[in-house]
Amino acid sequence: MVTNQASMKRNGIQDWVSLRATALIIALYSFYIAFVFFTAPTLTYPIWQGIFASMFMKVFTFAALVSIMLHVRIGLWQVLTDYVKPAGLRAGIQYVLNLIAFAYVAVGLFVLWGV
Amino acid sequence: MQLNFSIYRYNPDIDDAPRMQEYSLEVEEGQDMMVLDALIALKESDPTLSFRRSCREGVCGSDGMNMNGKNGLACITPLSALGKGKIIVRPLPGLPVVRDLVVDMTQFYTQYEKIKPFLINDDNHPPSREFIQMPEERAKLDGLYECILCACCSSSCPSFWWNPDKFIGPAGLLHAYRFLIDSRDSATDERLNDLDDAFSVFRCHGIMNCVSVCPKGLNPTKAIGQIKSMLLQRAV
Ligand code: SF4
Ligand code: SF4
Ligand code: FES
Repeated sequence: MVTNQASMKRNGIQDWVSLRATALIIALYSFYIAFVFFTAPTLTYPIWQGIFASMFMKVFTFAALVSIMLHVRIGLWQVLTDYVKPAGLRAGIQYVLNLIAFAYVAVGLFVLWGV
Repeated sequence: MQLNFSIYRYNPDIDDAPRMQEYSLEVEEGQDMMVLDALIALKESDPTLSFRRSCREGVCGSDGMNMNGKNGLACITPLSALGKGKIIVRPLPGLPVVRDLVVDMTQFYTQYEKIKPFLINDDNHPPSREFIQMPEERAKLDGLYECILCACCSSSCPSFWWNPDKFIGPAGLLHAYRFLIDSRDSATDERLNDLDDAFSVFRCHGIMNCVSVCPKGLNPTKAIGQIKSMLLQRAV
């Protein structure tokens, strides 16, 4: 299980496609947020809240958060297999980093829920 | 005119650690020469300086080395292309050093071997004389067959530095594609099977160091992109 997680049992094509698919969503989301930022005359809390109150924005934000998690999972696996050679240590680091990535999604979800 | 060099020296039998040694060479004012000619001249005065070379005209691929931070063939790199200051010469990065500028290319050749660099044809009727291709089919091999296996590309690729045992590297993949698109080769599927994992091809992140150093002007990144799309098309 540990080596399965930490070493080479990933699917190259699938990862390659997933990285690009999630990158697209993250990019679109970033551009959209930038657009909102620069077009709004002033950004007060009620306006900000109004933007995130729409169902569209909630779904889009959640999709972006999940995309970041998946992107991070694959990307960090690649970085870690490059730089951390002992499989046990790598599995440990990966476990912690994946947990942090998941925490970001969870926090984001609760925030969205609360708006 | 005096030219100054700083050259990597290491003899594992004697030295504890590698060091850079300073050399200087007296040449006529305004005279240009290839780095290899300069090395040969320096070796006259210091016969212990070691490097590989054979054809001295960019054909054999023996004298790949790192000159002022960029990999290339010493025999076709003019000193004038390296700027005015001191010239720093090091062995190809990432490969074990045998001595001075001579590196151990085993890892590089092992990856090359993996892609089965020969024509495989299992059709029942092997041609008795020529194996005919249409000009368009032959044209697909241009930009691929010219590779001289100098290792300048693979030893400049960070992905190859970190995973020389699992990532085929740009040179090997260029050759892999050369056989994948050869109309006479019948092992396309088997070849793709061998490459279908997370490291062999997909460790290439398109950094394109390989393209910027190839002394033959080849484009391994493009070939790697083609292999990726062949693998993708097969998967969907
Ligand atoms: S692709 Fe270019 S740099 Fe790489 S081994 Fe072949 S000739 Fe050398
Ligand atoms: S394009 Fe790929 S093979 Fe070429 S240097 Fe970059 S990672 Fe290496
Ligand atoms: S000596 Fe043959 S390529 Fe330079």
